[in-house]
Amino acid sequence: MNKKRVCTLVDVLVIVLLFALIAFADTKLNSFDILAKILQKGAVFALIAVSMNLLNGFTGLFSLGQAGFMLLGAYTYAIFTIPTTEDRLAVYKYYTMTMADGTETGGLVQFALPVAAAILLAGLVAAVFAFFIGLPVLRLKSDYLAIATLGFAEILRAICQWKGLGVLTNGSNQLRKYPYFKSILPYFLISGVCIAIIALLIRSTYGRAFKAIRDDEVAAEAMGINLTKHKMIAFVTSSFFAGVGGALFAMYQNTIQAKPFTTTLTYEILLIVVIGGIGSISGSVIASFLYIACSEWWLRFLDADGVIPGVTRNGFRLVVFSAVIMIIVLFFRRGIMGDKELSTYRLLGGLTPKKKKEVSGK
Amino acid sequence: MNITLDHILAGISAGGQYALIAIGYTMVYGILRLINFAHGDVFMVAGLIMVYISASSLPIYVSIPIVLLGTVLLGFLIERAAYKPLRSAPRMSVMISAIGVSYLLQNLALYITGGLPKPYPAIPWISDSITIFGATTKRVTVITPVVVIGLVVVLVLLIQKTKIGMAMRAVSKDFETSQLMGIKINSVISVTFIIGSFLAAVGSLLYFSSYQSVIPTSGALPGLKAFVAAVFGGIGSIPGAVVGAFIIGICENLIKASTEMSIFSDAFTFALLIVVLLVKPTGLFGEKVIDKV
Repeated sequence: MNKKRVCTLVDVLVIVLLFALIAFADTKLNSFDILAKILQKGAVFALIAVSMNLLNGFTGLFSLGQAGFMLLGAYTYAIFTIPTTEDRLAVYKYYTMTMADGTETGGLVQFALPVAAAILLAGLVAAVFAFFIGLPVLRLKSDYLAIATLGFAEILRAICQWKGLGVLTNGSNQLRKYPYFKSILPYFLISGVCIAIIALLIRSTYGRAFKAIRDDEVAAEAMGINLTKHKMIAFVTSSFFAGVGGALFAMYQNTIQAKPFTTTLTYEILLIVVIGGIGSISGSVIASFLYIACSEWWLRFLDADGVIPGVTRNGFRLVVFSAVIMIIVLFFRRGIMGDKELSTYRLLGGLTPKKKKEVSGK
Repeated sequence: MNITLDHILAGISAGGQYALIAIGYTMVYGILRLINFAHGDVFMVAGLIMVYISASSLPIYVSIPIVLLGTVLLGFLIERAAYKPLRSAPRMSVMISAIGVSYLLQNLALYITGGLPKPYPAIPWISDSITIFGATTKRVTVITPVVVIGLVVVLVLLIQKTKIGMAMRAVSKDFETSQLMGIKINSVISVTFIIGSFLAAVGSLLYFSSYQSVIPTSGALPGLKAFVAAVFGGIGSIPGAVVGAFIIGICENLIKASTEMSIFSDAFTFALLIVVLLVKPTGLFGEKVIDKV
């Protein structure tokens, strides 16, 4: 066995160990423990950040529609999993329907899918929408693409709040009473599997085509890469996983509403991607846990009165936090990982002296 | 649907306010090819400055210049701190930096206001109620289009007749060549941001006078709408931005008139954006851009 293989084996072992640790943590932590909440949210955001990185970092499509696809996933999951008729009646109390036999029911959907099927459906709905949005939008370039996808996300949000669809989306009221995971492990498992699939996609021929498009569209087209097809694949895949991420986010939150899925949410995910390094999967994963831990936990003390008298009060945490982000954006543009991946091979490679690269032909 | 003169008046007024913000977007985009996502937040900060200045009971002829100056200074500093270091970086980095500034300004505003909506002070004369053709409204509604058209005329003269205006036109045509011709692009860009922020400050005086309170996110949506107006009119074109803004302002208020569809008043703007981008990406008055490899 060569060195590279051993290192890959170590990587796999580390990941398995990590999951074992999470399973162990589940037995020790309450579901409302701050650490448990952060691990859950971190896992959800890791998946969404990686899905955004697939577009922005690997395919070079600057899309700002992630919140919209999360919204679709979250709503699909919540709508199709509210378990009993009584629960549906309680949730859709403003949008009841009278059936043919005269009984009142809440909402349009009168059945509940198993959780796994609903998560898959959440991804599929987001993917189907992405396909139809992508048809016109993917012809646009860089900042126009960004603003158009952002526009679509806002339109989706308005549609979800529309009274006309109230029997399905409950208007601007909350959807709740759907099943969710209390422990941490399921979030990690689903998120982990999805991220692994994205990683495999990026290592496949498709992934290489994505990177070629990112580096130079004209050259990629000249090499025989079908631009429209590959951009669409990247867009639909990314949206599928954003939809799955949205479903997980709905579970994490216990209740869901269209209101929080604003552009600010997309911006936050984009900033996670930037902090982790545009074009690095492991970077996005690390950054999302760091980001969530900092914003929800580690910097909390800045919100307390009197840490620095007269300065620290509610909201100061976010000011410090966004100032740090600005510093990263301006001075450490490569983020934590740049476009590299974290692996044992690279870690060891960093320790042994590197051969100097020869600079040929100045 | 119940369309009244109220809605049309409100639409014209909103359109004028969007126009003042849209000019800032269109000028910056014309020169830097950057969607300045922070522009809407600069507009919001201008509103907050007015709130805090008026609390110190200064006379109105002192506080308004302070608001204008403060906003201009903010716009100038943002450009220097967040965009200038990235001048040679890829466009995506600059856009991310703009998003970062927007996030920072919103959080700063959240910290300072404590998350409470701040009531906007009534500016004498401007905020008075008047009645025209049987519709009661604030005087600001009537003043807005006049102010906008006046400022646009001055701005167009500035761009067409003065030396700095000529420099701006040159930089927006070709960044590098104008640099070679001895134009100090950094000062041209600074002037662009100063003009944009000044107009945003005027816009905020008019806008918040008709909406009563300022919250940290109250710049985000007008900002995006103004950007759509700029794209609709043809990005880089000042008259285009103004026409686009008036159309968006009026349409939006007509949609608001119907209670059934009012939730779509914001979505309409984005739908319009997508249609424009697909049908005529250069907008109403935009110049044709030829892609060079």
